[in-house]
Amino acid sequence: MKILVCISKAPDTTSKIAFTDGNTKFDENGVQYIVNPYDEWYALVRALEIKETSGGQVTIITVGSAADEAIIRKALAIGADEAVRIDADPKDAYYTATQIAEYAKTNGFDLILTGKETINYNGSQVAGMIAASLDFPLVSLASKLEVNGSTLTLEKEATNGLQIVEVSLPAVVSCAKGMAEQRIPNMRGIMAARTKPLTVIPAVAVEEMTSYVGYEMPAAKSACKMLTADQMDELVSLLHNEAKVI
Amino acid sequence: MRTDLYTHPDYYNMDDLLSEEHKLVRDAARAWVKKEVSPIIDEHYEKATFPMHLLKGLGEIGAFGPYIPDEYGGPGLDQISYGLIMQELERCDSGLRSTASVQSSLVMYPIWKYGSEEQKQKYLPKLATGEMMGCFGLTEPDHGSNPGGMITNFKDAGDGEHVILNGAKMWISNAPFADIAVVWAKDETGRIHGIVVERGMEGFSTPEMHGKLSLRASSTGELIFVDVKVPKSHILPGRTGLGAPLSCLDSARFGIAWGALGAAMDCYDQALRYSKERTQFGVPIGSFQLIQKKLAEMITEITKAQLLTLRVGQLRNEGKATSAQISMAKRNNVEIALNIAREARQIHGGMGITSEYSIMRHMANLESVVTYEGTHDIHLLITGMDVTGIPAFTREMPDLK
Repeated sequence: MKILVCISKAPDTTSKIAFTDGNTKFDENGVQYIVNPYDEWYALVRALEIKETSGGQVTIITVGSAADEAIIRKALAIGADEAVRIDADPKDAYYTATQIAEYAKTNGFDLILTGKETINYNGSQVAGMIAASLDFPLVSLASKLEVNGSTLTLEKEATNGLQIVEVSLPAVVSCAKGMAEQRIPNMRGIMAARTKPLTVIPAVAVEEMTSYVGYEMPAAKSACKMLTADQMDELVSLLHNEAKVI
Repeated sequence: MRTDLYTHPDYYNMDDLLSEEHKLVRDAARAWVKKEVSPIIDEHYEKATFPMHLLKGLGEIGAFGPYIPDEYGGPGLDQISYGLIMQELERCDSGLRSTASVQSSLVMYPIWKYGSEEQKQKYLPKLATGEMMGCFGLTEPDHGSNPGGMITNFKDAGDGEHVILNGAKMWISNAPFADIAVVWAKDETGRIHGIVVERGMEGFSTPEMHGKLSLRASSTGELIFVDVKVPKSHILPGRTGLGAPLSCLDSARFGIAWGALGAAMDCYDQALRYSKERTQFGVPIGSFQLIQKKLAEMITEITKAQLLTLRVGQLRNEGKATSAQISMAKRNNVEIALNIAREARQIHGGMGITSEYSIMRHMANLESVVTYEGTHDIHLLITGMDVTGIPAFTREMPDLK
């Protein structure tokens, strides 16, 4: 089975977040990037598990610049066989999905996996757009994936329970927690990643559909107000008038 | 222990001087430590037991002989990678790093550098995975800072194939569970040789030492040799004389320099976080000048040590680091780590003495680290000798009569 795993970068949670250009652009200065955890822990590891039990090949793909090759090497160290980088600065989910779909069209993948979302933008759009471009079925937010011949059986969380679905390959799946367990790259993997193939492909022209008007930081956490058990009226008033949650 | 929130301080953007592979190696070691070691280390420390189940994982993250080439089962990484792995291990516990240091620098290194091809093929691949563990016998009960005075010795057995080994070694990390020991002993002419002794050889025993109030999660023992018959093929042929074991100590001390810095960074990281969370007199204690003084001095010393340590790593990669340069790094980094642990303990107030934080454990561990692999004072004399050209290790005892 040929599996394509889409990986994206995300700032390490200890990075300081700031904006430039009149708050219209994310300031990458000094930001340490990691592989988006949903892509790494769930999509990539599940792809490797499928390969280990049923054979096949795992290709990772990212849309980004040469600076993003650090996250590509990590994914290769964890166990992917080869990597593809579409050489571009992605503008939005449509741009990214179109680049990946264009590559996938000519390379015949049976299964395309993504994380359910990136932890910085939380868009959850790329998987659906790839599926639409390729006219493949999509299962989003899957927490379990089994392969039976040319059929996928998937579980996804639903209100008060689980939804179990089947789709035929080829298909696109976005992966959520539960799909697999995080793997830490071992030394053999890190050494092997040095020589695994990384192909850089120019981007195709894509119409820009999004422009960024501005970014804002979330409001700073305010100080904790302590009330005693007999101040119920005060509590209700604060929740209603100040916090505006009831 | 609390959730391990460690992130390393990097005041001078030292990460920019590391390769992507260095960072990958370091981050993998850190992730493994946080997942597998941080949750259990306190229990082992309190019970004074070595976490044997971690050996396989230590092998997988490359903690055993990271610079050993691929042909002998190692990953063939550079010296900075070795240092970074030691840093991540000691960031959690000096005992864990000690086990990896001994296996890498004191067992694998001499076999790799001075062993025969047959010895390398026999031992190194299994030592790299942790399937086989080793220890290093140099220090003796009466010969610590003066290893050249050792009395452990071997004689020709007269059968053409064996030697007979006698003597005792003390303060040996990993001894109680090691499968092999690289032992330094004098031949009949008084020349020092390395010899690989295997567990199970008759007359060889490894009693565990108890009562340590430091490095409690590390296993320490003695090596006792009573007429042990060892095949001559177990003698390391590549080098003889005191310089051979001392070159192993160079490698180990280099790892300790990185490791002790890891312990220092862990103490600082916790102290900084605590000083922003803990409030007294209605404000975080980090807003007080005396706390800021401690934190500012800590990060200054850490940053200086980071620069010194990376430079020694670069020199070692180029094969240019001298023993004296490594001594300075080991001595400096252990000293600043001890001082930072003590200051961090003060910032934590009473909480600092509990196992909720790793600070007191680091502080107790570092009392061993400041003593082993060349004491703090011996390293000072090495620097003194290096700059003056005059050794001050020995003296003639005056005639008091």
